[in-house]
Amino acid sequence: MPDSRLIPGNFLMRYTPHTAEDIRRMLEIIGVKSVDDLFDSIPRNVQETSSLELPHPLSEMEAAALIESLARENYDPASFVSFLGGGAYDHYLPAAVDQLVLRSEFYTSYTPYQAEISQGTLQAIYEYQSLISRLTMMDLANASGYDGASVTADAALMACAIKREREVILVSGTLNPAYRRVVETYNFGSGRAVKTVPAACGVTDLAALESLLDEKTACLIIGQPNFFGIVENTAELCRMAHDSGALAIVVCDPISLGILTPPGQAGADIAVGEGQPMGVPLSYGGPYLGFFATRDEFKRQLPGRLVGLTEDTQGRPGYVLTLQTREQHIRREKATSNICTNQSLIALAASIYLSLIGKEGLRQVAELCLEKAHYLAGRIAGLPGWRLAWPDEPFWHEFAVETPRPPAEVIERLIEKNFLAGIDLGRLDKGLEGKMLVAVTERRTKTEMDAFVESLASI
Amino acid sequence: MKIPDDLRYTEEHEWVRIEDDLAVVGITDYAQNELGDIVFIELPEVGDVVVATEAFGTIEAVKTVSDLYSPVSGTVEEVNEALTDSPDLVNKEPYSDGWMIKVKYTEIPENLLTAKEYRRMVT
Repeated sequence: MPDSRLIPGNFLMRYTPHTAEDIRRMLEIIGVKSVDDLFDSIPRNVQETSSLELPHPLSEMEAAALIESLARENYDPASFVSFLGGGAYDHYLPAAVDQLVLRSEFYTSYTPYQAEISQGTLQAIYEYQSLISRLTMMDLANASGYDGASVTADAALMACAIKREREVILVSGTLNPAYRRVVETYNFGSGRAVKTVPAACGVTDLAALESLLDEKTACLIIGQPNFFGIVENTAELCRMAHDSGALAIVVCDPISLGILTPPGQAGADIAVGEGQPMGVPLSYGGPYLGFFATRDEFKRQLPGRLVGLTEDTQGRPGYVLTLQTREQHIRREKATSNICTNQSLIALAASIYLSLIGKEGLRQVAELCLEKAHYLAGRIAGLPGWRLAWPDEPFWHEFAVETPRPPAEVIERLIEKNFLAGIDLGRLDKGLEGKMLVAVTERRTKTEMDAFVESLASI
Repeated sequence: MKIPDDLRYTEEHEWVRIEDDLAVVGITDYAQNELGDIVFIELPEVGDVVVATEAFGTIEAVKTVSDLYSPVSGTVEEVNEALTDSPDLVNKEPYSDGWMIKVKYTEIPENLLTAKEYRRMVT
């Protein structure tokens, strides 16, 4: 039997779409006896047959109280001293970012169907694209995607569209494991294979990569810095991918580009990454920002929206959605872009952030992260029983340590002392048990780091 | 609307001119006019195999995009490189400078349209 609340008359809401008579007539016309028959193609054993046992309806006041009590169960990163990283970082957020994105002209940032009516919105996106192009040193960037993981998977699909006859996606074992899983999900059932290049000593194993690269490889995806915070030899990895005719996709941290070689200069064909470090607050799952940039020769395979600058009949600048022939509303099933949206407001926050700190400021933030992370790494490595997991590898603002007690226990004990100590890497990969990933941003003070080290020493 | 008598046509608006063992392929004046300003043409590479009635490339105008269908089967012998930088040649001179590919053909289908038949189809 269908859920009793679906039967008209039992249902309390007045926008019930069909009467019992409507349903009876529809079933009769298509020739089935009951609504349940429509679900016959789903195997019995995966059908939910018991009732859902939903709670009773709540008043607004009751619902607010319930949600607030649930929210209190979460740890708020703002009430801890955080060394958590792994893709999202506790950078300083200039107050002007929030103040400006909350302006009503921006806050309702969806473009109308005639997008060009909203010249201001399009100009903001154009400025964002220009900033990302310059930051990554790539020819062009799209209007943004959802987050670092989804743009990485989009980049893999784009590479496969360019290298049509090749069907293997190589992912470095040092890429963020969550990103790798999204790449695998996007390619499930596609006939393409997603293979992992093993890591050796915290970096992509070049010998293993050499043996995996062949004429079937569509692309190689690497993280820079990688998931363990280590700076990879991006130029060499890109060269190796190119030598086998594959494309090189570099997943980079935007703040790191203040001091590291930009992907465009290292030879990347596609540069993507998580934009959260650029002025976006930490939150549970977002909204975050995926940035996506590529070379001019690949612009027709670029997914996502793209804003261009042109001139009107009187020579005045005008912003337009451009290269729309890639998109599904024009190219239908042959579209090279099935993304008809972007993360406008968050992209705006990133643009404001980059504009506020500027070229020199970005370098300073990156340098502060580097210096502070190395200070803390040195102090932790000096504690008895503690050591750096890969002491010979260069790292930027994140590093893995081997802990004298299981990382899960260290993390739990440090929460009591108001520290978010890091990520237990053993939770992500069996081979990484006993290692903890620690991130340091420019926000961490020497006092905080010294107190953190003292707390680590005392457990 | 120009429909030269000495060419053969497809229902998808391509024209073909046979020059000895080569078939020169382009799109018709009617097609370029319907598409409007052409901004990009994706063509095969020399040596690629094309098959009659199957797509050999795509053509993009400002607000639309279409596949290009080969009137003949064979191997691409030459590609009009000038279209890379000046796709508008197809708008200006669809039957001369706007040609797209030259195919060393192995087969010319019998059901290609004559100028008269094509004219009847588009008018």
